[in-house]
Parts: sequence; C-alpha cells; structure tokens
Amino acid sequence: MKLYCLSGHPTLPCNVLKFKSTTIMLDCGLDMTSTLNFLPLPLVQSPRLSNLPGWSLKDGNAFLDKELKECSGHVFVDSVPEFCLPETELIDLSTVDVILISNYHCMMALPYITEHTGFTGTVYATEPTVQIGRLLMEELVNFIERVPKAQSASLWKNKDIQRLLPSPLKDAVEVSTWRRCYTMQEVNSALSKIQLVGYSQKIELFGAVQVTPLSSGYALGSSNWIIQSHYEKVSYVSGSSLLTTHPQPMDQASLKNSDVLVLTGLTQIPTANPDGMVGEFCSNLALTVRNGGNVLVPCYPSGVIYDLLECLYQYIDSAGLSNIPFYFISPVANSSLEFSQIFAEWLCHNKQSKVYLPEPPFPHAELIQTNKLKHYPSIHGDFSNDFRQPCVVFTGHPSLRFGDVVHFMELWGKSSLNTVIFTEPDFSYLEALAPYQPLAMKCIYCPIDTRLNFIQVSKLLKEVQPLHVVCPEQYTQPPPAQSHRMDLMIDCQPPAMSYRRADVLALPFKRRYEKIEIMPELADSLVPMEIKPGISLATVSAVLHTKDNKHVLQPPPRPAQPTSGKKRKQRVSEDVPDCQVLKPLLSGSIPVEQFVQTLEKHGFSDIKVEDTAKGHIVLLQEAETLIQIEEDSTHIICDNDEMLRVRLRDLVLKFLQKF
Amino acid sequence: MPEIRVTPLGAGQDVGRSCILVSIAGKNVMLDCGMHMGFNDDRRFPDFSYITQNGRLTDFLDCVIISHFHLDHCGALPYFSEMVGYDGPIYMTHPTQAICPILLEDYRKIAVDKKGEANFFTSQMIKDCMKKVVAVHLHQTVQVDDELEIKAYYAGHVLGAAMFQIKVGSESVVYTGDYNMTPDRHLGAAWIDKCRPNLLITESTYATTIRDSKRCRERDFLKKVHETVERGGKVLIPVFALGRAQELCILLETFWERMNLKVPIYFSTGLTEKANHYYKLFITWTNQKIRKTFVQRNMFEFKHIKAFDRAFADNPGPMVVFATPGMLHAGQSLQIFRKWAGNEKNMVIMPGYCVQGTVGHKILSGQRKLEMEGRQVLEVKMQVEYMSFSAHADAKGIMQLVGQAEPERVLLVHGEAKKMEFLRQKIEQEFRVSCYMPANGETVTLPTSPSIPVGISLGLLKREMAQGLLPEAKKPRLLHGTLVMKDSSFRLVSSEQALKELGLAEHQLRFTCRVHLQDTRKEQETALRVYSHLKSTLKDHCVQHLPDGSVTVESILIQAAAHSEDPGTKVLLVSWTYQDEELGSFLTALLKKGLPQAPS
Repeated sequence: MKLYCLSGHPTLPCNVLKFKSTTIMLDCGLDMTSTLNFLPLPLVQSPRLSNLPGWSLKDGNAFLDKELKECSGHVFVDSVPEFCLPETELIDLSTVDVILISNYHCMMALPYITEHTGFTGTVYATEPTVQIGRLLMEELVNFIERVPKAQSASLWKNKDIQRLLPSPLKDAVEVSTWRRCYTMQEVNSALSKIQLVGYSQKIELFGAVQVTPLSSGYALGSSNWIIQSHYEKVSYVSGSSLLTTHPQPMDQASLKNSDVLVLTGLTQIPTANPDGMVGEFCSNLALTVRNGGNVLVPCYPSGVIYDLLECLYQYIDSAGLSNIPFYFISPVANSSLEFSQIFAEWLCHNKQSKVYLPEPPFPHAELIQTNKLKHYPSIHGDFSNDFRQPCVVFTGHPSLRFGDVVHFMELWGKSSLNTVIFTEPDFSYLEALAPYQPLAMKCIYCPIDTRLNFIQVSKLLKEVQPLHVVCPEQYTQPPPAQSHRMDLMIDCQPPAMSYRRADVLALPFKRRYEKIEIMPELADSLVPMEIKPGISLATVSAVLHTKDNKHVLQPPPRPAQPTSGKKRKQRVSEDVPDCQVLKPLLSGSIPVEQFVQTLEKHGFSDIKVEDTAKGHIVLLQEAETLIQIEEDSTHIICDNDEMLRVRLRDLVLKFLQKF
Repeated sequence: MPEIRVTPLGAGQDVGRSCILVSIAGKNVMLDCGMHMGFNDDRRFPDFSYITQNGRLTDFLDCVIISHFHLDHCGALPYFSEMVGYDGPIYMTHPTQAICPILLEDYRKIAVDKKGEANFFTSQMIKDCMKKVVAVHLHQTVQVDDELEIKAYYAGHVLGAAMFQIKVGSESVVYTGDYNMTPDRHLGAAWIDKCRPNLLITESTYATTIRDSKRCRERDFLKKVHETVERGGKVLIPVFALGRAQELCILLETFWERMNLKVPIYFSTGLTEKANHYYKLFITWTNQKIRKTFVQRNMFEFKHIKAFDRAFADNPGPMVVFATPGMLHAGQSLQIFRKWAGNEKNMVIMPGYCVQGTVGHKILSGQRKLEMEGRQVLEVKMQVEYMSFSAHADAKGIMQLVGQAEPERVLLVHGEAKKMEFLRQKIEQEFRVSCYMPANGETVTLPTSPSIPVGISLGLLKREMAQGLLPEAKKPRLLHGTLVMKDSSFRLVSSEQALKELGLAEHQLRFTCRVHLQDTRKEQETALRVYSHLKSTLKDHCVQHLPDGSVTVESILIQAAAHSEDPGTKVLLVSWTYQDEELGSFLTALLKKGLPQAPS
C-alpha cells in the first residue's frame, strides 16, 4: 500500500492511495496562491495598473518589461493568472479508479485531472459539495473569462531567467506546470463524472474496498473518508471542524480503529480564535461605517459568508446599522444564497429544526426579504443604479487578483475612511494587497478558519487512536514564523509520517487476513473438534471460487465415479492422481501399548516390540513389516502389499488428530 | 436453520393500517405503524398485543421504520410509542420527520376536537413520540446495533418517501413502502440497486392495473378544468395538503402560464401553504428538473395560485379551488362543496381514493342526493369527476422493481387479496421465485441459508490463488486449511499455521514400501531405468534423478537396493509421507507392474 503525494499544499491536498487492487485519489485541490504573482485583472480599465513601469534587470536590460511590471518595489507578471496544479507525472493518472472529494474547496483541480489525463473513473462527492463546488468553479471561470487578456507571459518561466528575478518570483515552485483556468465546458464535463453519495453510505469498489464519507463539520456536505477492507482501515481526514457553525457536526467515532489516518486540512491560522475574529470583524465593520466609510470583504461565495451574514443579522440592529446597505456581488451570489437553504439534511441540528417548522435555515433569507442584503451578479447592470455609500460589499476573489473585488480596491483604496477586512485564510493579506500599494484604506486581518487546530487534533488522535498518522510535513514542525511554538505541531506516538510534494510513501500495513465466505452446505459438513477449552478446529477441504475480488468456498465436487484399482491399471497415464488433493496434517502421538492391543484385536499376531532411543519399533514378523514409532513420527516399512499397508495406515490414523 | 419471519399486523391483503413485523437473524423490526381510514374503533390501529403478550415492546423490537408520512403508514405511531409504550429508535427520512407530526396533529384535532373522541393521543404525545425519531439520509447505512443495519432508497411516492433495506450479516429484506416507478411533475422515480435481498416486501395497490400514460390523464384533467372555467363554472378539487396537491398545482400552474389564463386559482389556507414551504426547503427530494431550475424558478412558488379566503367562495365568475381534506368528509372542501353543488356549471374533481362513508365516496358511487347534518338534503347538480393521480407503481412498475432488486422471494402487502393473487402468479411465472401474500396476523416463515464469513490467512489465499492461475489447473482446485474457531472469531489458516498457533507438533506418518523387481543389472542402472520410465509416464510431475542415484517424484523418494539373497532381483524402496498418500500408492502399483524392456 502506497501513498503518492501530488500536492504540497496542506489544506489543498491531492494524494493517491494504492489500496489493495484499487487506485484512489483523495481530493484534488488547486493551489491558487500562484495567482498572487500576477497583476490584478481590473473589470474597468485602470490607468494606474496599465501605467505601471516595466521591470528591468539590475544591469538595465529590459527585455522582460512586457511581461513583468513593478509596483511599489514588487514585481508582478502581467498575464492571465495561472494556477499551480497537482503533480501529474508522479503516477499515471489514467490508472486512477476513483476520486473521493472531501469538500468543495478541495475539488478545484478536478477538470485538469478528469479532462486531460485519460482519467476514466468515477468521482464521489456529496450533493452540497458538488453544487457549491460548481458555483465556485463557475465564479472562477466567469471572473477570468470576462476580462480577456491578450497577453500570456511565458518568457519569465525560463529557468535561467527565473533565477534572475526578485523574490517571490524567483522562489516560485513548479512554474512550468502552472496552467491557465479551465473553461465552463471542461467544468461541466468534469462534474458529469461525479456520483452523489450521502454520509455513511457504503460504496463498494470492485468488491475489494469499501469507501464511506463521514460528516467532517467544516462546510456544507464536507466529508472525511473511510477506505477499508475487512481487515484494513485507512481514514482520510481533510478539512474538519469541531466548532458549531452551520454544517452537521463532525463524525469522530467512525474514525476509530484505523491502521492509518491521513491528516490534512488543519487550520491555516492556528493562533487565531474564529469566534474572536468574528467579533473583531463586526466591530471594525461598524466603526468604519459609522465614520462614513465603506467596508470591503473579499470572500468566496459560499462558506464562512453564511456565518458572517448570520452574525450581522443579529448585530446590525443593535449596532445601529439598519440603514446601511449590504451588497453581495458574485456571478453565483443568488445561487449560493438559494442553495444554502435547501440542504437541510446537511445542516447542524439547530438549523435542521428550523426547516421542520418550516422556516429557511439561514436568516439571510430575511435579510434579503427586508432589503438589507442585496445580491448582484456583477457591478455592471442593476448594481450601478442601486449603489449607495457608505455600504458593505462582500465580493470575490479573496486573492484580490480577479473578480469584482479588484474594482472596489481601485475605487476605495485611496481613502482612509474605507476598510478592507480579510476573513478568508487562504491568501496572505499582505501579498494580496501588494499590487495596490501605496494604499490609504485601512486593512484589517480577521482570518476565520474553523478547521481543526493542534489542540483539537491531539485530542482527536487520543480519541480515535490510529496506529499510524500520515500528514504533510508542515504539520510536523512549528510554523516558520513561530518556530518556538512547539505546541503548533502534531504530537503523536509513533511520530507522524510526513510527506511533501512528489513523495511516495509506503504505508505501514501488515495485511494478514482476507474475508472469505463459506457456503452453508460446506459449513454444515464441517466437523469442529474442541482442541483446547474455547478453541475448536475443523479441517476444511473446499473449492475456492474468486469473482470480482470476492472469495467463496464451496463444497468439493463429489467424485463422478469411484476410480477402482483395476481401472487405474488400464489407463495409467490418464489416471495419475491429482497431487493437489492434499491430505490433512497429523498431530498427536501413538501410545505403543494400546497400538499393539489394537493390532492384536485386528488379527495381527506375532508382534514384537523393541525399545529404541527415541521410541519403539513394532515388528510384525509374519508380515515382514516394521513400524517405527516416535514422539512425532511414525514410519511403516513393509512389502508392497497395498491391502496390508492401508490397514496399518488406518489403524495408526485412529490415534492421531487430523488438521 | 436460520429463517426470516414476516407477520403483517396491517396491510395484509388490505389497504390501510400498514404495519409489518419482520424477524431476521434474531432481530425484530416493525415496518410502518399506520392507521386505517375506514374504521373508527379499535380496528383503526394495528393490534400491538400480538407482538408480545407480556413484556415491553422496547425489549422485543430492535427498531421501527416509517416509510413515509401518509397516515396509513404512520398514524398509529404516537399511540404505539406513548400509549402502548415503546422507547426504542424510530427511523424515517428528514422530510418525513418534518411533515409527519403536522399530519398527526391534524388527525388528532379532527378525531378529538371535531368527533370528540376520548382516550386519543395528545399533542404532547406526538411531540414525545417524535423525540424518539432518528432521521436517515438516502443511501446512508444506519447501524442500528452491531449487527442490524438499514438503508433508505428513494421511493418517489410522496416527498421523503423511502424504501428500506434491512440487513443482518448476509441476510436482507427490502420493504418498499409505497412507491412510484415513473417520475412525475415533482418527484422522481423509485430506484434500488441490484441488492438481491432474501425477501422483497412490496406494496401492490395497483396489482392488476396497467395505467394509461400519465400524459393522457393530465390532458384529460386540464381539458375538463379548462372547459368548466371557460363556460364560467367553478372547479373544486378536494386534496390532502401534501402530495398530489403539489403535483396538480404544478400541472395547473404551467397550463395557466402556457395558455395565458387569467381565471383565479386558490389554495385553501393553513396547512397547504405551509406544505409548499416544505417542498421548497426539501427540494433535493424532488425530481431532477425541479432541482436543476430551482434557483431561476422555484416550482413551488406559484404565480397563479393564491391563498384562498372563505369569502371568495361566493364571488361570481369562474375559479379553481384546491381545498382540504381530500375525501370531502369535513372542513373547507366540504363547505365549498355545499355552496357549489347546486349549480350544474360547476365541477368537482376527485383526484384520489375515497374511503367508504365519506361524501367523496358517496358522490363517486353516483349518489346525487346527500343527507347532511340537520336533515338537510343536498342535491348535487354539479359535475363529478374521478381521476386517479395516486403515485403508486402499477403492475408493470412492480414487476420492474422486482427485476431491479432481484430478490430470492417476494411478499405482497398493501393491496386487495384478489388482485394480489393475480400479481403473485405473474411474479412466480416471470421471475421463478416464490411469492407470498399473508393475511393480517398470518406468519410467513422463510428458511435462509446464509454463508459464513471467515478470515482467511493471506498466505493461504495467495498460495491457492497463485496455483489457481496455473494453466493446467482448469479443474476446480481443492483448498485445504484449518478453521480455527475461538470465541466468535473464525479464521481459516493453513494446517501448519493452525498447529503452530495451538503449540502442537506435527506427527509425521511415513511409509516405505519394498517393491521387488526382476533386474540383473546394477542398482544404479535399475534406478536409471526407473527414472526414464517414470519420466515418460508421469509427464505432469516433477521427476528427478539425484546425484546419489535415487529418484524423486515430487517429494516421493525411490531408491534401488540389491536383494540380500537374490542377485537377479532388485528392491525398490519407495518412501512417502501421508500427505503424498495418493501418489505414493499409485507409484507402488505402477512399479509393481515392472519396467518396460530397456531398449537394447
């Protein structure tokens, strides 16, 4: 059993597990931090961005000035943004049988895998994961396609040139594998390969392996996966949360008794408390708006935004913000808000009970009804008519490189009355802001990452007690910026096996048993004997049938016709006995006295017994036969008299146990 | 002998009061807990005293499963759990859990508040009962205990309707509840995988019917409604709040939209409006089309259908009104009916089955003069139409489901005896499986022969599989091993390993046979002759001539020795262990016949 690690990003994993005869891909996360190296794509022509100076080498050589632009001391690629794909060369991806998706953030590389590697398998994911994942992809494609960029820079990727560039471009990894965004057509084709599954559904793969998604508590429909056969169990933990937000709570109990637990998707901000961050978010928002400024919240169209809207729903009246318009701008804003209301079965208990009333589970329905929250597909169209300031705008993309957020950064960046509040933890906010410098607007960093922190992980591991833990290398040492915080790493016994991008790990498995079914007719014919108290044995001679990786034992076929000795003589060459018909093993020992008595009872006379060093020799003088009996062996030496030999054999066997 | 036992307490050769007891591998499961619409006395609920004479139901039943929210499937639940007393788990889907208590409360109100029945379950009992409910997802495998597991499949009968697989080890039963095999305007079709249960318990409401196409019925319905409103008449459609009401609303809504009609359509208030909310929130349970388009347009947000107000009934001009209840036995539908019955321009359309004794049943059977309370006689001049929109599988659909699931046996419930008999024969003919149709209180016992799962040591299995791959091994191979049974763990290991694990030594039994051969040549040459003879005879075996002059066939050793007395005779010592018994015995017989003449 092996684990091929195709992604180096701990929260956007992509691993391939070879388990028994199956090849299973666990998530296919897309590392989008690569886009931070690119210039933003403005929706409206931005004179500032288009007038940035080209970058030239120290010696004044300016051959790269078309591709690279400089802004406040940072260098950016002026091109269509590109993403860092999972490793595609480490393993032949056309051999992947199934892909298991754990949450909608971890499926963004799916079209690259399913459409361009010869993949012919099935993808498994829950319904909310697929629906919201589709929205995220739709938004991404829309953001990039609606700002067509003529230029595609590639010169800078040349290894010899990249060396000469300033950081962070110089240190960017795997730039040759960076790819542009997929198209909607590829998204649709990729999503059509998904089969929907529910929590605790047991999915059989080729009869060899069973996979089961479990609630992970992190997002709508987010799951961890159990991959198991009858005697081995791998748990794949990805993006889990123990906080009570909107999703169904995490199922921890089912992770117990794992041989291996693959642990990914822990919190990216282990030092921040999500509840505290939400409080800070609200107070900063209120403060800015009261002072007449606008608030910009770069965000994904689903996930934490539901929780933020719920907090604001409870907060705005008491904070006197009832008249401030809240705008949610995304090509999928409407869909996201609508979809959130229909997944009752995937929500936490409180929200579920609301649906039973029946009321919408999320209060943003009421915010929309009362016109406090308005949503628009983009800044064009209706929005420009309704737009009032001061206001609060939720919009994407959190990288600040594309989407409507670029427009608001350009629009509001110059005034210190305005505030941008970063809540998504996926991008470094300083890097995100770099191409907008110098900036007058206030920047608040309130990352809300509800995924497991190290205290929760260590509790979880104590609880579920896996034999081995496998995790990205980042989790086995403190974060580089806080190297003294020994508490910010995984601590378990035996120490976790760590991986980095392009590693292949051999998983420590000792497979010893496999399930086999004994047919009832065969089971009826078995004769168990009790060997020791509580332990019984039965010898089994049966026909093994293996189909679709399932093994069945059937009763041996009755011999069609008894082969007599005579017949055998006539057709010697055809009737050579099947050496595969094995005799059982024997155990026990033969008490000489009783054996002699038995011989006498069966008509043998003239028996002589001699003692030897290790046992006895029984002589049947008349038959010229000698039987050596020792503790663990019996040897019958006789003339070629088959009748006699068989008689003696059967008498010996009476004293022995067969296995 | 293991067996599966099935006893219907209700719905055995009958429609209504569905309640079926199943015992499988020592587990007892109750499927549905319904009331009978045709009775108002004790017969309305199943006879739970049958389950256990003395002793608590909780001790006897491992779980209760409710297939959907119709009262003939869940109406007796609060009585069963709170008044008879059951504290174990009750499983149902989320939509059923949401809607079931509302219908129960409605039922309670009619029984207690309107009919004044005493000793009925209370609102609090409904609440307490619902606290025992565990909601299940579709396809989720729910582990009731270590051995018993259940799994829900989509049934398409009403929102949240499910079929259930009940499984213990390798034995399983599937109970369909009510289901529909053709997708309609708001629900999808029932689906189950090839799960090959030992027994399929299926409903058989339409056991003998093969329904005409749904399109025809819909066109008929729309035509009648349209004609009536065109000539200025009013249309009354008595419905139950959930189920067909939504189906017909969608039908009329789309028709109105397409024809650009302006005649008002009303939905009687209260429960029905709330009901549409459930459909909106549980949209994932509806059919593909509705789910796909719901963001752009939620099919349950009706543009043309407005809430009804009592006063509207007297408005002049045409209108269409959906009103509850569906059998015209009380409430708003009956009030409106009384107002409109006298006008022949008007029409009442009954879209479902009506129980005997209700006004609905009377007018459907042709009665035109109805005696109302207060000795009033109501003359029915309005047109009366019946149109079946029930979402049950017809005969074709039932056969289709049997084909899908591939059960070993079939058992029919929820249907009329005569029709069941016809379907039973059809199933036995077509699928060659036994089919049963027990009456209420009658037990069907089916022997099963589950196979026994054991763990086989990988070494043993791999050895066998590797040999199974050899080209000459076309004949079935025999696997030899020892089954070690310790506590409840069963492991099949090689005999050597079993001996080792038990700390037992192997006892080797060896035979050495002397075969006398007439041969004057030297022992070495005899051995060589034996070798070439065996080599040519035993083509499939490994025959070797060893440097020390001995010959081996597989693990059997043959040595040639001089005879102590007769120099013209050589003695062959053939030696083998008990494990090579067959081959050893064969070789001695073969050698006894002598060697072929050596080529000169």
